[in-house]
Amino acid sequence: MPRYFARKLLIYALTFVLAVTIDWLIPRFMPGDPIANMLARVSVNTNAAQVMHDYYAHVFGLDLPLWRQYLNFWGRLLQGDLGISLYLFPTPVTQVIARALPYDILLLVPAILLSWFAGNRFGALAARNRWLDNVVSPVAYLFTAMPYMWLAILLAWYLGLVLGILPIAGAYAFSLHPAWSAAFGLSLLQHWFLPFLSLFLVGFGGQAIGMRNLIIYELEADYARYLEALGAPQRLVRKHAFGNAMLPQITGLALALGVVVAGALVTEVVFSYPGIGSLLLAAIQRQDYFLIQGCFLFIIIGVLLGNFIVDIAYVVLDPRTRRGMTGEPA
Amino acid sequence: MTPSVPGREFLYFAWRNGKLRFGLALVLFFLGVALLGPLLTHYPPLAYLNPLGAEAPSATYWLGTTCFGQDVYTQFVLGLRAAFLVGLLGGGMATLIGMLIGFMAGYRGGLVDEVLNVLTNVVLVIPTFAVLLIAAAYLQVRSVLMECLFIGLTAWPWAARAIRAQTFSLRTRDFVDLARLSGMRPLKIVFTEIAPNMLSYLVMTFILQFGGAILMAATLDFIGLGPTNAQSLGLMMQTAVLWGALPLGAWWWFIPPGLAITAIVGALYVMNVGLDDVFNPRLRERS
Repeated sequence: MPRYFARKLLIYALTFVLAVTIDWLIPRFMPGDPIANMLARVSVNTNAAQVMHDYYAHVFGLDLPLWRQYLNFWGRLLQGDLGISLYLFPTPVTQVIARALPYDILLLVPAILLSWFAGNRFGALAARNRWLDNVVSPVAYLFTAMPYMWLAILLAWYLGLVLGILPIAGAYAFSLHPAWSAAFGLSLLQHWFLPFLSLFLVGFGGQAIGMRNLIIYELEADYARYLEALGAPQRLVRKHAFGNAMLPQITGLALALGVVVAGALVTEVVFSYPGIGSLLLAAIQRQDYFLIQGCFLFIIIGVLLGNFIVDIAYVVLDPRTRRGMTGEPA
Repeated sequence: MTPSVPGREFLYFAWRNGKLRFGLALVLFFLGVALLGPLLTHYPPLAYLNPLGAEAPSATYWLGTTCFGQDVYTQFVLGLRAAFLVGLLGGGMATLIGMLIGFMAGYRGGLVDEVLNVLTNVVLVIPTFAVLLIAAAYLQVRSVLMECLFIGLTAWPWAARAIRAQTFSLRTRDFVDLARLSGMRPLKIVFTEIAPNMLSYLVMTFILQFGGAILMAATLDFIGLGPTNAQSLGLMMQTAVLWGALPLGAWWWFIPPGLAITAIVGALYVMNVGLDDVFNPRLRERS
């Protein structure tokens, strides 16, 4: 087990360093000058603009040599300082993100977990029931073949506009202010449902297909045949097949985390949901260096954290990893 | 390991497989529309043609018009072309990189394998979409080819991992040992002994990457980071949502692009399931 965790931690550490480097590198070499953009909003004469430009370049540390900027970036990062947003000046990036983060957690955690559970359930059921298989499999394939935003658009159009039963934009009604009240909670729930549903359905499709195929594969394995030959009841054979099929599905859950980022982003765009996805897009459109970096960093940290939790779950569930019997599970 | 099927026998079982036939027919249908469709329209894709704005499909405008009075059919067929291009080049490139890394790691083993494995895992963990997003935003003018490049460079890890595992299991087979003993060079062994024996696997990987690239491109286009100088299906959906196709009820504007992508990618998946049946005699007997 120490070897297993050491390997995993090495990969996570490398990923984090690489991600932070990319994070620093890419916005830095983006065409366009964010300070000039910011100054363009307040029209001043050219001389004054030059002075202000130099001043802000100095304040943001953009006049230093690149290697210093890189080291400073790491230094501040480790102190939890992500800089100040340019477009929501002068709010610190961490504050801007902290406002968006609860919506993401509210949306993503239930969508990922529920689609994973439901997908595994239905996938396993479909593997042993021909009738159900003929219903679940095509539907599951359909959901995975759909572009995220199209599913979201269809849901918004049909449930939101044609039937008019659910709101399709924002996280709560425009007439309300965030408060701990029943009315606000209800509005929050109503606005949450459609984005949740679209993410849930796409995730469900992928997981159900994966589970179905794994169970079929496991039921053909030697141990399943041996149990059958011994005259073990079907239920017992299936129980073992399910247990074995769960392991790759847990790895699949980790991989789904990276994929769900893209899904969450477009879903938030379709439903104007104020999560990190919408924030990142707004930051890119306004060339807000620090906010882009902050959003990207939070996405990375979220994915790494999710992966780590999955790894721990894997060790708990698969005794082989604990005894160092398996070479490389993932 | 999937045994390779000689050509004639393969064609026989392939033709008998309903899933493969259905999937292939659907993909070829859309390919036909993509290739021939643009020849049937003489409207420029972005010209403001219909003074009445958004109108339902009619004899003049086959798929209706956008709220600017642009012809949806023209945009649709051109976007379809872009989708196939992205699938072919983006998916193809991802498959090639995956093959390169997978073969190298699987055949060489040892330190090369360790290093490539760490690299693959790192790229697998990084949410590549977020990287793509920032990289795409970095360029103000983007072409379809550039989008293919972006997708190809980020989509390869799982292909590499799968191909590595397959190569690993083939590497110790007798016929590979024989080739090695006869003094064949590693590169030649990989391409003449190992690759042909997992051809079915490579084909299926490419098909999945093809579909994945189309979906990825649609997502990028939808958030406005697609090609700046071309039509695409994702872009159509973006403008539809931005300019109120939903409240207008202009279903003819946002249904066709998404439907086409779903149909193409779905058909590719169905084809893959069919191919699996053809390549795996065991699965064939079961169904």
